Amino acid sequence: MYKIIRKEILNVDVELMEIEAPLVARNALPGNFLIIRVDEDGERIPLTIVEHDLKNVTIIYQKLGYSTKLLSQKEAGDSLFDVVGPLGQASHIRDVKRVLGIAGGVGAAPLYPQLKEYAKRGAKVDLIIGGRTKEHLILLDKYKEFCDTVYCATDDGSSGIKGFVTQVAEIVYQNYKYDLAIAIGPLIMMKNCVILNEKYDIETDVSLNPIMIDGTGMCGNCRVTINGETKFACVDGPDFPAKGIDFDELMARQKYYNHEEDHICKMKLSK
Amino acid sequence: MKRDRTVMPVQEADVRSTNFLEVALGYSLDDAVLEASRCLDCKIPRCVAACPVNIDIPLFIRELKGKDVESAYFTINKANILPAICGRVCPQEKQCEGACIVGIKAKPVSIGALERFVGDYALENKLSSDEIIIENNKKVAIVGSGPAGLACAVSLRRLGYTVDIFEALHEFGGVLKYGIPEFRLPKNVVDEEINKARKLGVNFHKNVIIGKSITIDQLLHEENYKAIFLGSGAGLPSALGLAGENLTGIYYANEFLTRVNLMKANSFPNTPTPVRIGSNVAVIGGGNVAMDAARTAKRLGAKNVFILYRRDMDSLPARLEEVHHAIEEGITFNLLYNPVEFKGRDYKVNRVKCEIMELGEMDDSGRRRPMPTGKYKTFNITSSIISIGQSPNPILKKATPELVVDNRGRIVVDHHQTSIDGVFAGGDVVSGAATVILAMGAGKEAAVAMNEYIESLEID
Ligand SMILES: Cc1cc2nc3c(=O)[nH]c(=O)nc-3n(C[C@H](O)[C@H](O)[C@H](O)COP(=O)(O)OP(=O)(O)OC[C@H]3O[C@@H](n4cnc5c(N)ncnc54)[C@H](O)[C@@H]3O)c2cc1C
Ligand SMILES: Cc1cc2nc3c(=O)[nH]c(=O)nc-3n(C[C@H](O)[C@H](O)[C@H](O)COP(=O)(O)OP(=O)(O)OC[C@H]3O[C@@H](n4cnc5c(N)ncnc54)[C@H](O)[C@@H]3O)c2cc1C
Ligand code: SF4
Ligand code: SF4
Ligand code: FES
Repeated sequence: MYKIIRKEILNVDVELMEIEAPLVARNALPGNFLIIRVDEDGERIPLTIVEHDLKNVTIIYQKLGYSTKLLSQKEAGDSLFDVVGPLGQASHIRDVKRVLGIAGGVGAAPLYPQLKEYAKRGAKVDLIIGGRTKEHLILLDKYKEFCDTVYCATDDGSSGIKGFVTQVAEIVYQNYKYDLAIAIGPLIMMKNCVILNEKYDIETDVSLNPIMIDGTGMCGNCRVTINGETKFACVDGPDFPAKGIDFDELMARQKYYNHEEDHICKMKLSK
Repeated sequence: MKRDRTVMPVQEADVRSTNFLEVALGYSLDDAVLEASRCLDCKIPRCVAACPVNIDIPLFIRELKGKDVESAYFTINKANILPAICGRVCPQEKQCEGACIVGIKAKPVSIGALERFVGDYALENKLSSDEIIIENNKKVAIVGSGPAGLACAVSLRRLGYTVDIFEALHEFGGVLKYGIPEFRLPKNVVDEEINKARKLGVNFHKNVIIGKSITIDQLLHEENYKAIFLGSGAGLPSALGLAGENLTGIYYANEFLTRVNLMKANSFPNTPTPVRIGSNVAVIGGGNVAMDAARTAKRLGAKNVFILYRRDMDSLPARLEEVHHAIEEGITFNLLYNPVEFKGRDYKVNRVKCEIMELGEMDDSGRRRPMPTGKYKTFNITSSIISIGQSPNPILKKATPELVVDNRGRIVVDHHQTSIDGVFAGGDVVSGAATVILAMGAGKEAAVAMNEYIESLEID
């Protein structure tokens, strides 16, 4: 059993947990993720390791469907049934001077350890962060510790411009040039960022989140087509250079079980 | 006195194809004694030589004939710690039973069924040999809890070692848990067999991925393990490499079987992991994995489940019993078809195009080689399950560059010793996808090599 040390509510949809998992923490690097099972029959759900020390790991999750809502019912002092990791390749930190992070919604969580690593290695780092409302812009204070400029976009205009991160990027690109952008968020956001960045000739890294089961390269559920080649996001990624990723296929794959997920959520979590 | 083989009762095909309960129901004591009496108790038993772990088959059968099931169990247990499992899943017709002398004129002695009977009896009656283990306080690590890892762990434990098994998944047993379905190998049988290892004092650690959570180097140099056994299996599904292979509705057998066996998707929505296959399922391949996938799909309610295989019926590599059971359950065999392309709409598969094959000359495997004809046929499908083989899981190699593997990712060994000092390997990760009993045999042999290695360290 893996004890929840701390729980923090970041907004109505997003929460943070610090979990005791020394064997996950021991070798964790930026870009790695873990897989948890909340209870005995639980689904295996992948989540990025946002921070860690020698003993504990921090995750930030959005209450999206059945399993993340079930997770949200746990409190500090409770335990999770399974936590395994660190999984995936560590982010490939490139030798660049100027980096733009683009975060959509809870994508700010997986982006955080990577962007921080770039800042630590001396790159000049800016951030565009988008969310539904002001409350949905998570980790702002932590980002401000190392980002030069933080631009915001919200759906309702409660913070920054009213609109999408791509609209902000379009404005920013008029004045600044970046060696690299890292875009993490919903697939559709990443896809649009990549299209925009290609126009401005900015290389982009993304972090993919296909449905996963084992996370060890055994099932093939997490496959993505990149330049016509099949990759397993759990062992080859989850971070990839964006060039050639078939986002449309990946979106279809991610939605394959929507009907079932919807059903179980309504059935088992309605009070 | 010639007696026909004692038939094992099975669930009726139309009943069992709608449930996940075990198909073959096992012998009663009377059945077992009757079948045991068919054994000729050969002086030079060919069956023993054909069993990869050389169980003393005539002896255990003789004990069984005398209704001394307990002694029969201990006889088997000396060579094989998982009789209830091997009795169920060994390809007996190619091993022990294939060599049995009775088989020349009649059906061979049902050695597997007898072994299963003895194994089940031992589990039901909680037989254990009260072994005395003299601790030597030396630590060894086992990577993977499949048959290879389990066999190696038990052998080393019996020699007095402190044995830690590290398993990447949240349950123990490897393919026995996530691959082979419940209706062929009930999971409680696997758990009980594993509990016997636990009782011997083997320590089991789940959710530990060697190479990730802890590296091999850390095990050897920070955690003071004297030697390590790699039994990480062949988990990586082989791809067909066809256009459209990543459309939705196309599964690798590992994903499909893992969803059902490990994650219990057949109980969805009572369990949260779903699986969806629709009514028309094409299973590609002809081995045990393909049979398991097809029969599982049928049980999930698919109306039309068919095998697509590029050779003929005689070339199917699956266990004979599984093929028979699959036919009885209404699985269709579309033979001499080689898939060449998946087609779909909105990223959802709906057709598979196949080239029609014909049989050519014998190839290296002694089967007639399938030859392309240039003619095609397209099948309408709602999903497809690709079951054409597995190769070793790549994580260990990626994390351990100095570990030498061959061009198919299999760890290269010399007497079970890998290219890294103190690190041994066996089972599917060395042989490529093989069988339970071969993996166990390799685990046992590796234990001997590891013991010799550790003892040689002390002489220096
Ligand atoms: C490598 C990796 C890292 C991730 N890191 C984070 C993270 O740090 N924080 C976070 O909140 N989420 C993260 N995710 C996504 C997270 O795993 C899913 O949100 C979660 O599995 C949904 O489970 P559920 O049962 O609550 O929702 P479900 O009911 O299963 O699904 C609800 C919706 O989410 C989509 N979905 C299903 N499975 C996944 C999945 N594996 N990934 C993405 N969407 C999915 C479905 O299409 C559906 O629309 C990550 C995913 C991956 C693969
Ligand atoms: C569907 C299916 C049906 C089969 N049917 C039969 C049959 O009827 N008869 C038969 O004899 N054989 C059958 N086989 C083959 C048989 O199951 C295998 O040959 C056998 O299980 C191999 O044993 P193993 O111990 O080498 O590996 P596995 O059983 O694969 O076990 C390896 C274990 O190691 C774990 N692991 C991998 N990497 C790591 C790591 N880095 N750290 C920690 N743990 C790790 C895995 O999670 C797994 O649990 C079947 C196989 C499949 C897939
Ligand atoms: S272990 Fe397998 S091969 Fe050996 S006797 Fe038993 S069933 Fe036959
Ligand atoms: S070969 Fe057949 S008859 Fe002879 S000992 Fe073995 S099982 Fe008995
Ligand atoms: S999650 Fe199973 S192979 Fe990646």
